[in-house]
Amino acid sequence: MTRITVTVDGAKYSDDVEPRTLLVHYLRETLGKVGTVVGCDTSNCGACTVHLDGRSVKSCNVLAVQVDGHEVTTIEGLATEAGLHPMQESFHEHHALQCGYCTPGMIMQAIDVLNTHPDPTEEQIRLGLEGNLCRCTGYHNIVKAVAAAAKAPGAAAVSSSKVGD
Amino acid sequence: MTAVDERPAESAEIGKARRRKEDQRLITGRTKWTDNIVLPGMLHLAMVRSPFAHAKVTSIDTEAAKGATNVVAVYTAADFPDGMGACANAWPITPEQVTPDHLPMVTEHVACAGEIVAVVVARSAAAARDAAELVDVDYEELPAVLDAKEALKDEVLAHPDKGTNKSAFWRLDSAEAGTGGSVDEAIAKAREDGIVIEREYRQQRLVPAFMEPRSTVVDPTGEQVTMWTSTQVPHILRFLIAATTGMPESKIRVIAPDVGGGFGGKLQTTPEEFITLAVARKLGKPAKYTETRSESLLSAHHGRDQYQMLTLAATKDGTVTGLKVDLLANLGAYVAIVGGGVPVLGAWMFHAIYKFPAYQFNCQTVLTNTTWVDAYRGAGRPEATFAIERLMDELAAEVGVDPLEIREKNWIKHEEFPFVSVSGMTYDSGNYEAATARAKELFGYDELRAEQKQRRQSGDPVQLGIGVSTFTEMCGLAPSRVLGQLSYGAGGWESAAIRMLPTGKVEVITGTSPHGQGHETAWSQIVADRLGVPFDDVEVLHGDTAIAYKGLDTYGSRSLVVGGEAVVRAADKVIEKAKPFAAHLLEASVDDLEFKDGRYAVKGTDKGVGITEVALATFASHNYPDHLEPGIDADATYDPVDFSFPHGTHLCAMEVDTETGASTIRKYVCVDDIGQVINPLIVEGQVHGGLVQGIAQALWEEAVYDDNGTLVTGSFVDYTLPTTADTINFVTDNTTSLATTNTLGTKGVGEAGTIASTPAVVNAIVDAVRDRGIHDIQMPCTPARVWAALQSAGSAEVAQAQPHFHEEAANNADPGTTGEGSGS
Ligand code: FES
Ligand code: FES
Repeated sequence: MTRITVTVDGAKYSDDVEPRTLLVHYLRETLGKVGTVVGCDTSNCGACTVHLDGRSVKSCNVLAVQVDGHEVTTIEGLATEAGLHPMQESFHEHHALQCGYCTPGMIMQAIDVLNTHPDPTEEQIRLGLEGNLCRCTGYHNIVKAVAAAAKAPGAAAVSSSKVGD
Repeated sequence: MTAVDERPAESAEIGKARRRKEDQRLITGRTKWTDNIVLPGMLHLAMVRSPFAHAKVTSIDTEAAKGATNVVAVYTAADFPDGMGACANAWPITPEQVTPDHLPMVTEHVACAGEIVAVVVARSAAAARDAAELVDVDYEELPAVLDAKEALKDEVLAHPDKGTNKSAFWRLDSAEAGTGGSVDEAIAKAREDGIVIEREYRQQRLVPAFMEPRSTVVDPTGEQVTMWTSTQVPHILRFLIAATTGMPESKIRVIAPDVGGGFGGKLQTTPEEFITLAVARKLGKPAKYTETRSESLLSAHHGRDQYQMLTLAATKDGTVTGLKVDLLANLGAYVAIVGGGVPVLGAWMFHAIYKFPAYQFNCQTVLTNTTWVDAYRGAGRPEATFAIERLMDELAAEVGVDPLEIREKNWIKHEEFPFVSVSGMTYDSGNYEAATARAKELFGYDELRAEQKQRRQSGDPVQLGIGVSTFTEMCGLAPSRVLGQLSYGAGGWESAAIRMLPTGKVEVITGTSPHGQGHETAWSQIVADRLGVPFDDVEVLHGDTAIAYKGLDTYGSRSLVVGGEAVVRAADKVIEKAKPFAAHLLEASVDDLEFKDGRYAVKGTDKGVGITEVALATFASHNYPDHLEPGIDADATYDPVDFSFPHGTHLCAMEVDTETGASTIRKYVCVDDIGQVINPLIVEGQVHGGLVQGIAQALWEEAVYDDNGTLVTGSFVDYTLPTTADTINFVTDNTTSLATTNTLGTKGVGEAGTIASTPAVVNAIVDAVRDRGIHDIQMPCTPARVWAALQSAGSAEVAQAQPHFHEEAANNADPGTTGEGSGS
């Protein structure tokens, strides 16, 4: 067991974890942050995407011990008392989800795409989301939602450091 | 007839692009997936699966696993002497169908890789998985049969005790049924003096690949058992648990919480569900099983996997005179819940939108040592649509006319509806001309044809192809009497109930079980209009057999056309039921009341009372007519009178790089006629998602086994789902001819995109290279396959690719030239 201290969605946690524990399992099983989900066992689907110090990572591809001393933001940390994050709003507005299983990862990755490309082309959006699979939507409305969110104020601004402040 | 005249009155909610009620929990991570459920003392399961496709289990040593830390138990089939239920086949297509018993856990005979031989129960999923590695199973490997054509030979048997791999043979013949002429006569005549096109198409095996891996949690609370499971069919599952385990149905509660996609892949009753149930009951503890993605790809059912042998007869001008279909369907190791029936669903669809005078459909199903095959989005209808839409392109090339022209020559004209098809189906409404005209306009058909010509003339290495698919499908499964005639094990009705709450809110209970389709939103729209209550005041409950106590679940694009109609009827009953109460409150005669916009008004006066006020008054029950019982809630069960037949015209432009074989989608336009649209936003989403699944079959996806029966596409690294980078934005639109078989005029939309898009894409690729002598490329049309076709184009091999199903008969269509389009 290894002791880690990590800030998740603005709150500080300290836990003993097995060294082999994946971040996604730590989030789901230890912290009960089941908003972040698992879709595959080969790091292909992106359903587990979260932000680590403000950049997107696939949390099935990161060990819990690696986030010791770092900040993680999950889908559950996006909305504030003021309301939904603009990317959440945009996914809702543009019907960018059906079953919603890919949605948490897709939204976290989409925010990262806008962090990198505040005014993205369609191609930049499509390449930026390439590592996130969705079986329901055919992607059309996801791309549309991300493009629309880019025009909304504050869509790219959220990062874990902000939430953690 | 113009069904448009029957369009329901201008209404507030139906037709509105309401944002979905479901979204809030899904975008904030508050979703209730089965795997999110944690119960006190819950144990975790891991399955030990056979790595061999065909084997005999000679011994299982569980000692090491049992001794591992945090392991509670390890079980094999021998630990359940009374069995643990069975995975049933609900649709034997013939009385003689060969149907091997499908038990959740193998006793001795393994019929495909991934079958479960033991289960480990531990305190955590990780501990269970670790210990599963310690279970030592000895197998005696047996020769495996994997391919349907091999299976047909009966040389290697998938189930040696059955003595044959042939499961069932099913035929529909228009001459025998009296719905058309003799197809053999039509073909014989065409061989003398017309056109005969013979083709063999392959429907490769696919994996539904819903994004949420399947998961089951079972809580045996005393006598009763609650099962949460990632399923499309909670009601059917509950029934089959009772029927196969002997547990009283009343003791079983099945809940489908939020379910992350299905596409047919979650309409099975699975070994994993039965095993989790058996283990939880045996230990008296809650138990959870969640599959890994690799397990999902291997062990959740697969789709498609057919060989289609097709013979189309036509006159020289391209008027089709007959179609004969010989289908060979690989069912996998077992006849899954509706596995045998799925290919048979094609029987009514191969003739599609066309007026074929003679038709014959033959379907042979076979068993192999592969994962069982069942419904995948479209289920039987995409396969049929692919075949006929590919053939119509071949016919157009043979006659030397535009593919749209050959279709128009043969399709049912809009003034000919209702039309009885050559397989005996009554198409109630449609307008193929209107959808096609709109699609051509949105596509810029003539301009793209001009560009294609120009690229061809200039010898551009990137050639342009235009693919057409004018599809129809039958959905809304199904009239119960039809299902009875087909020996299907259940009815096709759906149920709904409406509870009028005293505070004016409305609860709608539906027997459908959505998993992404937005029923909560769409049903709210329907009820809001019907009862004249605000959209936000309607709550839709579903997917829990204790709440939605009666239902037949969600598959086959049935939810709206069958389940939605049940909702309409329940609402109408509420209105009727509340009427005498309203009359009583208004001190008026029932006959003087009219109901409009949520209010009962006394005709010719301004007196009235709202239906929600009636709900409150019946709740208080202080003042109501003596002869009535207080309450205006109602339920309805609707058995559809017929299927519904959405249709549409899909046009696809593909650019094919003749130097590399790579193809890219340039433009995709579809105009679908799905009758009355309840929510255009949801419809568009269904179409987009459907399109990409269909396009993926054409271009990327295939489940592949090696010679030993190991699934080599067993992870998302190898089973290549399309991504944002592979896909494009689509142009979608609707034309509308209302269905005449339900109140709202709706048709199904869930599968339309998938059914239509596959042939549109392949037709486009073939169209791009047809002038080089290529008339088919097997799916998925990967760059390697397109390149190989280009390399061998014009060679003898290609010329002989034209199959001759009747070798002694002369084939009037010269095989050397049929691939050359207008030249022949
Ligand atoms: S779970 Fe699929 S990439 Fe992490
Ligand atoms: S919405 Fe279902 S997987 Fe994306």
